[in-house]
Amino acid sequence: MVTNITSFGRSGLSDWLMQRVSAVVLAVYTVFMVAYLLFNPDLDYYTWSGLFNQTWMRIFSLLAFISIAAHAWIGLWTVTTDYLKSTRLRVGAQTLIILAIFVYLVWGIQILWGA
Amino acid sequence: MSNLQVSVYRYNPETDSAPYMQEFQVDTKGRDLMVLDVLHLMKEQDSGLAFRRSCREGVCGSDGMNMNGKNGLACITPLSDVVKNNKLTLRPLPGLPVIRDMVVDMGIFYKQYERIQPYLQNETPAPAIERLQSPEERDKLDGLYECILCACCSTSCPSFWWNPDKFVGPAGLLQSYRFLADSRDTATRERLTDLEDPFSVFRCRGIMNCVAVCPKGLNPTRAIGKIREMLLADAT
Amino acid sequence: MSNLRSLTFDAIIIGGGGSGLRAALELAKSGKKTAVLSKVFPTRSHTVSAQGGITCAIASADPQDDWRWHMYDTVKGGDYIADQDAAEYMCSEGPKAVFELEHMGLPFSRFDNGRIYQRPFGGQSKNFGEGGQAARTCAAADRTGHALLHTLYQNNLKNNTTFLNEWYAVDLVKNANGDVVGCIAMCIETGEVVHVKSKATVLATGGAGRIYASTTNALINTGDGIGMALRAGFPMQDMEMWQFHPTGIYGAGTLVTEGCRGEGGYLINKDGERFMERYAPNAKDLAGRDVVARSMVMEILEGRGCGEKGDHVFLKLDHLGEEVLGKRLPGIVELSKTFAHVDPAKDPIPVVPTCHYMMGGIPTNVHGQAILQDEDGNDQIINGLFACGEAACVSVHGANRLGGNSLLDLVVFGRAAGMFIEGALNEGIEYLDASESDIESAMKRITRWNESEGGESIPELKAELQSIMQNSFGVFREEKNMVEGVQKLAELRGRIANAYLPDKSNAFNTARVEALELDNLMEVAEATAIAALERKESRGAHSRYDYPDRDDVNWLKHSLYFPLTKELKQRDVNFKPKTVDTFEPKVRTY
Ligand SMILES: Cc1cc2nc3c(=O)[nH]c(=O)nc-3n(C[C@H](O)[C@H](O)[C@H](O)COP(=O)(O)OP(=O)(O)OC[C@H]3O[C@@H](n4cnc5c(N)ncnc54)[C@H](O)[C@@H]3O)c2cc1C
Repeated sequence: MVTNITSFGRSGLSDWLMQRVSAVVLAVYTVFMVAYLLFNPDLDYYTWSGLFNQTWMRIFSLLAFISIAAHAWIGLWTVTTDYLKSTRLRVGAQTLIILAIFVYLVWGIQILWGA
Repeated sequence: MSNLQVSVYRYNPETDSAPYMQEFQVDTKGRDLMVLDVLHLMKEQDSGLAFRRSCREGVCGSDGMNMNGKNGLACITPLSDVVKNNKLTLRPLPGLPVIRDMVVDMGIFYKQYERIQPYLQNETPAPAIERLQSPEERDKLDGLYECILCACCSTSCPSFWWNPDKFVGPAGLLQSYRFLADSRDTATRERLTDLEDPFSVFRCRGIMNCVAVCPKGLNPTRAIGKIREMLLADAT
Repeated sequence: MSNLRSLTFDAIIIGGGGSGLRAALELAKSGKKTAVLSKVFPTRSHTVSAQGGITCAIASADPQDDWRWHMYDTVKGGDYIADQDAAEYMCSEGPKAVFELEHMGLPFSRFDNGRIYQRPFGGQSKNFGEGGQAARTCAAADRTGHALLHTLYQNNLKNNTTFLNEWYAVDLVKNANGDVVGCIAMCIETGEVVHVKSKATVLATGGAGRIYASTTNALINTGDGIGMALRAGFPMQDMEMWQFHPTGIYGAGTLVTEGCRGEGGYLINKDGERFMERYAPNAKDLAGRDVVARSMVMEILEGRGCGEKGDHVFLKLDHLGEEVLGKRLPGIVELSKTFAHVDPAKDPIPVVPTCHYMMGGIPTNVHGQAILQDEDGNDQIINGLFACGEAACVSVHGANRLGGNSLLDLVVFGRAAGMFIEGALNEGIEYLDASESDIESAMKRITRWNESEGGESIPELKAELQSIMQNSFGVFREEKNMVEGVQKLAELRGRIANAYLPDKSNAFNTARVEALELDNLMEVAEATAIAALERKESRGAHSRYDYPDRDDVNWLKHSLYFPLTKELKQRDVNFKPKTVDTFEPKVRTY
């Protein structure tokens, strides 16, 4: 077994599963959003924020944000381990990626619940 | 127009500081030769040209190489399959260190093969005759055991190029599944545990170059899918 | 001069084919310091090409099957010059060796009851020839050799065998007493030449089909072990006995297995006639290979050959149907599409008898110990030297090998040699070390090539040798032609001794390997030629127009070729099996 790893779950299987589950969540979220926008052609600010005031929508959106974060991390981690052969470069890139994902996630949550 | 123009990758570590492409004119007398025959004709012109070959019928796996951009076995690839505009470009299998000309160092490829413990494991006492296996159980090994270790698949796989030390690669995984699928093997658990990490199996991105080049028509991507299914079933 | 690096082992096995790997496995398990030295990565050895199967009375297809029936077929197939003690050992130990292979994981095809699938092959009978056709060849589809070789390699990995892959054995090293104490070998990748010291040296170097222009054999089958032993002065047995396989693909030489006929295929001439019914009314297409090959040549000579030139016949398989072909003969379908441009499910495959197997070789006993003959005609063991597989002549195949018997020979006698060497090492072996001059004389040949400064080209000389053998020592032989052949070979020997190796580089120099192989081809060819000329009878694969009959009065013997004098002597055939009655020579019909 290859052991020197820094992946998400430290198991290829859990990474792989997470990648797939998060993809499904993102797909459902996207379909929902597109459908919502199509069925509400005259969308205004009040309807829009009304949607996000409902608890189920906040949970759904949070799930989607977390999915993006996980999906992005696993995907980008894989890309960095493929292409960045220098450990310093790779760890640097990975740190930046983690930071960015973290910031976006917290920011997203703040927007969602902070209003 | 029977003079075929062949461009070959040349490198002799003793005399060349860098590899280069050399042009040969080969008189095929209009025959649809195999690429290996052409290499032999070239070797008559320049005995220094190095390549491996043995059975010359596609079962020993010695002469895997890259012919006009695609990996395959020289001995069973007729010119009519690869030559375009009367030109043939031959290079060693990509991604492995070159020893000389078309001869690559296959060490890391073999290492990945050895890693998956490519032998039947069954600690129960063997019967006085053979272990029984139904034809249906035996059928599961078809499409797996036929691998000839030519490395055409693994050396066409980008994931193997990037992580040859950690990703087992299509050839090794095909063999891994050959033993996982064998009704006589009892080490399934240990084999799966050994493959759980994010690299060994999961670096496969389903690019399917392996399937496109396998000279024996095998399907490593499908075998990898089956391993994933087994890992999933085992973990949940 | 001996600034050579040396490597020391208890046993060195030269050859990573089926026989070498089986011997190595035995020794690796026993913990002896063993290495397998092979000029190609082991799974690229010629054993990988074997298709049809491994013949053995495991009583699967027929629960009544008996190893004695197999032994009878083997002795009869060999036209009565197979050693009966050896055939007895192989056939009775066989089942054990085959079951071991299955336990190691060999993916045999199966019958519905879960047992190993067996198919009919040529020359097989039940009840000592009285009970009709037997089905005794255990198969993994039509890739049995591949499955067998990979299984053995895998189990050697499991047992941590040491491999010297892509190393080329150049010559044997003998000490002052004439014992074999190792060899000179070259690492092909780096060109480094080393002295390998060992208490047991096993030649498992396979066949030499490349002495003929048209052969089913791999390009690496150049008889290196035979050449090495001959140069060391040791005699060769039954070298005139070369099997021509009936079904080599016309033009390409690649084999289609006898299993095709075992599964129900048959040969036809240009009139569509199933001609084997005339030559072998009972066994028909499943008569001995020598019989079928000769019948084919007769058809061709009598003007019933197929194709524009009328120089081949057809193997008909289409009546078997796509399903049987796909299931039982998938590799044949592939090969025939690639090399004959024929889909056997639709059209017949053009075939012609093609050089296939060397029945002769290094004479050994059942333990793999190499044998020579002293002045008084008595057998004498050569200390330190062993042989197994196609390179050896135990002799179980006599004058004609039965299909599927070679793979059995590999595992039975590979195993036997391993076990014997283990025992001998346990008891302790001490031979005199080789001296500087012993090593130097083993280095002579490679030094000669390295110092060559001009002369004829290696590929051209090789082609000439192959064409001499093809023309003068083929399926049918005759005095005048053979005398000419022997003369031409003698002349060729001188030219090869002065041939030129242009490329003297070290890294993966395949030209040097081919030069060294050419010497071995020369040795094998000459031994074959002289033995063929001197055996004045027709027996098994050795068929002469001028002596068309078998001569049991003068030639119920092994031939023994002595390289130093180029003489042919005789050696007694063993007629004393231990547990069964002797099979007395009978007229051989199928
Ligand atoms: C096409 C074909 C099909 C066949 N099918 C069948 C079949 O169905 N059933 C059957 O019983 N038999 C069959 N045979 C015969 C059988 O396959 C061979 O006789 C057998 O495989 C020989 O095995 P081996 O171990 O003696 O040698 P090989 O498998 O030929 O191995 C020889 C080894 O020696 C090594 N070697 C040689 N020279 C040197 C050197 N100088 N230095 C270092 N290493 C060296 C090589 O690298 C190789 O590893 C078939 C043969 C052919 C040609």
